[in-house]
Amino acid sequence: MAIQHTRPAALGQALRPNIWDLVALILVIGALVLIVYGGEQTAGPLSALDVAPVSLDPTNLPFYALRTTMRMLLAIVCSIIFTFIYAALAAKSRRAEMVLIPLLDILQSVPILGFLTFTVVFFMNLFPGRVFGAELACVFAIFTSQAWNMTFSMYQSMRNVPKDLEEASQSFHLSGWQRFWRLDVPFAMPGLIWNTMMSMSGGWFFVVASEAITVGDTTVTLPGIGSYVALAIKEQNLPAIGYAILAMFLVILAYDQLLFRPVVAWADKFRFEQTASATEPSSWMLDLFRRTRALRALSYPFTALNKAVSNLHIALPKNLRVSTRRGPPSRIADALWLGLIVAGTAFAAWKVYEYLSATLSVSDVFSAVGYGFITLARVVVLIALASLIWVPVGVWIGLRPKLSERIQPLAQFLAAFPANLAFPVFVVLIVRYGLNANVWLSPLMILGTQWYILFNVIAGASAFPSDLKEAASSFHLKGWRWWTKVILPGIFPYYITGAITASGGSWNASIVAEVASWGDTHLTATGLGAYIATATEAGDFPRVVLGIAIMCILVTLFNRLLWRPLYAFGERRLRLG
Amino acid sequence: MLDQANEATLLDIRGVCRSFPKGSGEDLLVLEKVDLTIHSGEIVGLLGRSGSGKSTLLRIIAGLITPSSGDAKCRGEAIDGPPNGVSMVFQSFALFPWLTVLQNVELGLEALGIDKGERRTRALAAIDLIGLDGFESAYPKELSGGMRQRVGFARALVVHPDLLLMDEPFSALDVLTAETLRTDLIDLWVEGRLPIKSVLMVTHNIEEAVLMCDRILVFSSNPGRVAAEIKVDLPHPRNRLDPTFRLLVDSIYARMTQRSETPTPAIEGIQGSGVGMVLNHVSSNVLSGLIERLAAAPYNGHADLPVLAGHLQLEADEIFHLGEALQLLRFAHLSEGDLMLTEPGKRFAHLETDERKKLFAEHVISYVPVMGLIRRVLDERPSHTAPAARFRNELEDYMSEDYADETLKTAVSWGRYAELFAYDEQAEMFSLENPH
Repeated sequence: MAIQHTRPAALGQALRPNIWDLVALILVIGALVLIVYGGEQTAGPLSALDVAPVSLDPTNLPFYALRTTMRMLLAIVCSIIFTFIYAALAAKSRRAEMVLIPLLDILQSVPILGFLTFTVVFFMNLFPGRVFGAELACVFAIFTSQAWNMTFSMYQSMRNVPKDLEEASQSFHLSGWQRFWRLDVPFAMPGLIWNTMMSMSGGWFFVVASEAITVGDTTVTLPGIGSYVALAIKEQNLPAIGYAILAMFLVILAYDQLLFRPVVAWADKFRFEQTASATEPSSWMLDLFRRTRALRALSYPFTALNKAVSNLHIALPKNLRVSTRRGPPSRIADALWLGLIVAGTAFAAWKVYEYLSATLSVSDVFSAVGYGFITLARVVVLIALASLIWVPVGVWIGLRPKLSERIQPLAQFLAAFPANLAFPVFVVLIVRYGLNANVWLSPLMILGTQWYILFNVIAGASAFPSDLKEAASSFHLKGWRWWTKVILPGIFPYYITGAITASGGSWNASIVAEVASWGDTHLTATGLGAYIATATEAGDFPRVVLGIAIMCILVTLFNRLLWRPLYAFGERRLRLG
Repeated sequence: MLDQANEATLLDIRGVCRSFPKGSGEDLLVLEKVDLTIHSGEIVGLLGRSGSGKSTLLRIIAGLITPSSGDAKCRGEAIDGPPNGVSMVFQSFALFPWLTVLQNVELGLEALGIDKGERRTRALAAIDLIGLDGFESAYPKELSGGMRQRVGFARALVVHPDLLLMDEPFSALDVLTAETLRTDLIDLWVEGRLPIKSVLMVTHNIEEAVLMCDRILVFSSNPGRVAAEIKVDLPHPRNRLDPTFRLLVDSIYARMTQRSETPTPAIEGIQGSGVGMVLNHVSSNVLSGLIERLAAAPYNGHADLPVLAGHLQLEADEIFHLGEALQLLRFAHLSEGDLMLTEPGKRFAHLETDERKKLFAEHVISYVPVMGLIRRVLDERPSHTAPAARFRNELEDYMSEDYADETLKTAVSWGRYAELFAYDEQAEMFSLENPH
């Protein structure tokens, strides 16, 4: 989509360039050059990686940062394409929905780094001896960390398109294709962009983790910030880790300012509400582009292309069309379809059983489940501890508008920062003071995800209505009673949202947090994360599959039995306004 | 334009029925054997209570839903999907918030594949015609309700439809705005400046129908069918205070109350225990207020519905709801467009809160079957509790899920006011316990 819809009515004067054009032009050309430069590197043979191995020279860091950023970009593009196709299929076809949505639900709880084990092998075999295969594996790992929640958001938006707009687009003869671009996509845009931002935040963690990975005999070290840190750990170079953290800091800052803020400010018009909002998101970058004349003229072809594409008279397959004339769904076809799904599932289950039972026994399952519960305990304790700390802090900040205005971006930034870059710092401390790895490695799991709790609580507290605040103080509600009767119920839905994200992130982080090393010192905490990590390193695929399956089941159960009921309760009873 | 000899038939509806699936598996009939013909050059109104199926009929004509049986033809062709030459104005405006006024208006033309130059010319002409000049680049959220609905009209008119469908187009607007828009539209129509041949509008506002339409079809509810056809021969512009106008409004009020002598059962014939009666949610506060108002001067227990509606600034549909609720509870009697307090109703007006609750409880138990049922079940069960699903399922044997919800909600609210039973929303349980 083009950045904005401008009307050619202003074309005459639009062609004269102004000073903003120069600035914007430099930015655009710069971005293009960087993309081409970074892209050239991925085409080389794998041996090129050995010829020019990652070095700890900080002057290389900008290049590494570029490579890391490009992987992110590529993954996000893939995620968006996937989202459009998958969500559209699920929303428009009832039979596809029956399979796709539960599948998505499970995919969401699969540990991403677990995926990596298989995809590295798969992609390396697909492009033997090429860097490209390894790159794809890495991009795929990031993709798996981003796509699911974006797809869910899109699907839910598409299912909730207002009835009157649907009728209007039908009654004005919009084709299915036109309707998708004119109604479904714009309506889904705000949710999709918010989820894309969340996905990006999570993605940095995985891009860093997947750049240097060993699966059995295959070791891949792609040039990037992640592999830079991996090397620094091996060589016990603490300053290098400092440089990497600084580089990452700058990259995320640039990403936020140059990409996301403009997009969020632009997407404000898609928010579905009939009244103008009080505060509109703003972005200096978007303002810059809106002030340029010639560059805006450059965007006309894109606008025109966008219009042309969305106006194409593409006939969608009959069963994808929104049809009101569909009679009662055929029972026989449904039964056949259901039978097909059941048969497929049974076959898959049998294959998995066959594969696992060849090498594993029941006792392996029990021990893996045991590890799973240890990690579960870690997650629960850590979420509780983080809540105890960040809820009061978040409330305190959120009730002070001036302060929260400044802290909120920082908290969001910290949530985006890949915490695994900072792991070595903690490992050094644990090693130096001889601390118990089982206890002290645990906080690493929540190092990066605790910020989700903080910024959601801040958001909740700042959205707390001032009349309720005034009512509470006029009735002299203070102390413990104020917390339990006033503010905690008020921020509950926000807190739950934050806690769900934090807990999901912690499960994922356990795979890298429960094993840590510094030079030759290896620390291992007992748990499912360590179980999967060790099995991956040894190339023991049956154990990896088992570990992933157990983690998947635990996460799903945890979500269904705890988080979802809490979330539903919060939305039903405690959502204000 | 009105007297044009060209009487070409635009729309022909013959014996159209429509039913929707219901909780219990059987279908719920909402439209029964409706006939309707629209010729060139007339404004036809579909007038009826909410739930009388008039919006369903409009959507059948718009090609948005299909009839269960019967023939629907537009310009001689069977309606299959939105027909060409028909466009629609929505109650909720249905504007795309991410498109500007101009883009919204152009949308219908784009879908028709009309080239850019002509699109722009026609869109600007429609915007000009409907009085939106200067707002072309505004987004809908920057506009007031009246302006938004003007965009809705411009968008519908720009495709030059033969038949313009309007689904309660003024009911989301405030009184003054709605009146301005109505007169503007009628002026354009009378001057023959609208690029359309006929209008079909759905409304529940009796005065609006008499003000605008040449022909009014009055719908009865459950299932919806055409109860009467009324010709309005008054010349435009019509004057609301004109005695003929008032007479017509009064007679339509009378006709619409006539049919509700007995509260309508959801399905004819299955009155049975009477549990299948749809209750519209009316707050006990509103009922008390209305009884007090009726008992006081100038009504002294007897009010003419159009007058009462005018004083209370209520739509006909709302005043019918209230009147029927009072009639159901035997606090008032509704007939021939008049609302009269009964003896208990007069007594109620002068009681204190606690006595009122007692009287209300007596009436509600005796005259509202579902309330009696809930109370009886709670009394009989040893635990004195019952899940809401118990009653919901029974209600869904008679009515659609939405109506069952509404009925249950009303039962809860009235039961709470009458202190007949308690309801735990979290657990969805009825019980006899009241916190003391």
